[in-house]
Amino acid sequence: MGKPILIVDDSSSIRQMVSFTLKGAGYNVIEAVDGRDAFEKLQGNPSVGMIVTDLNMPNLDGIGLIRQVRASSSHKFIPIIMLTTESQDSRKQEGRSAGATGWIIKPFKPEQLLAVVRKVLG
Amino acid sequence: MKDAHMTAFKEEAYELLAELETSLLTLEETPDDSETVGRVFRAMHTIKGSGAMFGFEDIAAFTHEVETVFDLVRKGEMAVTKELINLTLAARDRIKAMLDGDGAAEDPGAERAEAIIASLRALLPGGDKDAHGATADSADPRPGPTAEDRGGDATFIYRIRFKPPPDIFLCGTNPVGLIDELRRMGECTVVAETDAIPSLDELNPELCYVYWDLLLSTTRKIEAIRDVFIFVEDDGTLKIEIIDEGDGTPGDYKKMGDILVERGDLSPEALRKVLGRQKRIGEMLVEDGLTTEGKVQSALLEQRQVKERLEKRQAVESASSIRVPSERLDTLMNLVGELVTVQARFSQTAGSRKDAELSSIAEEVERLTWELRDNAMNIRMLPIGTTFSKFKRLLRDLSGELGKDIELSTEGEETELDKTVIEKLNDPLVHLIRNSIDHGIEMPDVRESLGKPRCGTVHLSAVHSGANVLIRIRDDGAGLDKEAIRAKAAERGLIAPGAVLSDKDLFGLVLLPGFSTAKKITNVSGRGVGMDVVKRAIEALRGAIEIDSRRGAGTTITVRLPLTLAIIDGLLVNIGEGFFVIPLAVVEECVELTRGDAARSHGRDIANVRGQLTPYIRLREQFVVSGEPPPIEQIVITEGSEGRVGLVVDRVVGEMQAVIKSLGRVYKDVDGVSGSTIMGDGTVALILDVPKLVKTAEMREKELI
Repeated sequence: MGKPILIVDDSSSIRQMVSFTLKGAGYNVIEAVDGRDAFEKLQGNPSVGMIVTDLNMPNLDGIGLIRQVRASSSHKFIPIIMLTTESQDSRKQEGRSAGATGWIIKPFKPEQLLAVVRKVLG
Repeated sequence: MKDAHMTAFKEEAYELLAELETSLLTLEETPDDSETVGRVFRAMHTIKGSGAMFGFEDIAAFTHEVETVFDLVRKGEMAVTKELINLTLAARDRIKAMLDGDGAAEDPGAERAEAIIASLRALLPGGDKDAHGATADSADPRPGPTAEDRGGDATFIYRIRFKPPPDIFLCGTNPVGLIDELRRMGECTVVAETDAIPSLDELNPELCYVYWDLLLSTTRKIEAIRDVFIFVEDDGTLKIEIIDEGDGTPGDYKKMGDILVERGDLSPEALRKVLGRQKRIGEMLVEDGLTTEGKVQSALLEQRQVKERLEKRQAVESASSIRVPSERLDTLMNLVGELVTVQARFSQTAGSRKDAELSSIAEEVERLTWELRDNAMNIRMLPIGTTFSKFKRLLRDLSGELGKDIELSTEGEETELDKTVIEKLNDPLVHLIRNSIDHGIEMPDVRESLGKPRCGTVHLSAVHSGANVLIRIRDDGAGLDKEAIRAKAAERGLIAPGAVLSDKDLFGLVLLPGFSTAKKITNVSGRGVGMDVVKRAIEALRGAIEIDSRRGAGTTITVRLPLTLAIIDGLLVNIGEGFFVIPLAVVEECVELTRGDAARSHGRDIANVRGQLTPYIRLREQFVVSGEPPPIEQIVITEGSEGRVGLVVDRVVGEMQAVIKSLGRVYKDVDGVSGSTIMGDGTVALILDVPKLVKTAEMREKELI
């Protein structure tokens, strides 16, 4: 089992689907309900190897989470994938400049998710 | 599983809708509360996003319209009005109805939905002019970076320069991963350009200074390559150019200077200036500091790869095969055989003349003959893969018939063997595989109870080993039952009860005629007319068969075959007046045997070869050659499946190529001789069958005891 993947989304159905897909492909998964929760869980699990995060979330949104993670010393270089329904570039661009590694546009199929995860994990 | 996700989505959506309702009502009272606006937006957003993922496209599309409006409100471009709240509440009810209706296609409320959308659009500051565009945009399921657009068969060569943004690591991207991804697409040469790396005191270890020049030959389209860089292409530099579209003709590829200019690494003026001095262009450019070694290296690689690709393509185009009747090949082989014989005679004659000119011609003829021989033999070589693929079908049919679950894996399909050998090998291999399927692999339930996977495997492999090819059939079935074999052999009088036998010898008994331990005869095998036939067929090919097995773990059968049947490398030896050829493949070394040595071993035919006791056979006695042996005889030590055994001869003449001639029907049962060959001077030499000789000698020894 490789390093766990932290998935962050306030929608439980999306979390369930992403988690199910990743677990099915043999990954370990940690779930978080928003950016703040995610950042706390990240501190508690230094072995996390990748983050998959939604953008629109209460408390701390995806962009904020990415900024915090990139500013941290422990997970500065961790790959972060953002889930976004925004096909408009502005939001995506915001995420990228915050330091997102890549993005997946919702709706996506499980295979697309896995392809991106594999691509980013190398 | 999908249903479970659907249910989860619905539950969540109902919750969100309830929350939406409360939020909207709050909003009505405090229209400026940005937090509440955010909540409304997020609820819509989640319903839209999840809806599309779980197959509620209509809900997603509808919600998108509402979300668009609230996005504007969130950004402060639109005010919250009573009308907006009313419409949104109506929309919320509509979404709930759509959820209740399970997203059915025929929806009586569709018109109502249209009306809500129209009214919402009317509220938008710019009217509804681009609202429709937005819908189309969101409905477009962008395939993301996984688009697997494969090109046709044409191979393109791409020149890629990938200069990642310096802060690429801070985006969590590993550029090596991207390069590896390209490597998986085809033949790829990579040069890392290091000229941008600053001196150590200026270096920030968290930044990426290296960039890469890649050349990729692949059948994939340029889009597929862009997709690799999808997450990074906006920053940094990525240049992808097609430098060969798969239709180029062989010939000189671009000059070094042109490549560098084309890549923008060198200005045309600089190139012209340097070209004035004729030296190696790459060296000169580096010397003058106009470019770096890395760039020149990379351009050189491009030159080479394109050239190779073009040449290869031409080779493929012209390497069309022709079909030739096999008799013609046989005739060719016979002629080559005769030529080898004549050449040997020629060399022998030339050697005795002491004429330097004649000797050099003889050597030349010898070299050409050997080359011709190897080529002629190569023509007859075929990969064994075709035979292997036939077995797949056999296995499928048989395992179905027997109700077993078996997988066939193969390895070494490309191993080449003489065409005749492959043809004659088919039946024995079928037999062996049948045995594995029928007796080896257990029924799925039995396997499961033994803690093995239900599905058994039969592994077929072919591999070169010196002048031989080893074909292995390995199964993970029950293995051979040693006790059953022993009992059966004793019952048949093949061994004395209680005789001590090595595993190898014991398993070897299975190969004897009329031997089958199968308790019941099936359609597939068990009549005991199998293994001895297999053994004979393989021995006819000058091969050998060996069985290894572990009870419960499976059986491995190894078939050892010579590469070709027509010609062997042999060691020519002489006993009295006669000549014999020992296949060189089994010869280990030659040592002397003096009468004194022989006397010291007290009549037991055992020699001490550097501390190792080696039994030997006196061929003089074996073949009843009359006359006295010379005072110093030679022992040719052979190493075969029977172990190290020496063959005592009068004299070792030397290596020779023996074109095998069969002995004819009258002599076909003579033990210890597998064929004959004609030497340069026309003398006939017999080719020895060493394993047989050893076995005969062993038997005689046992009788004596």
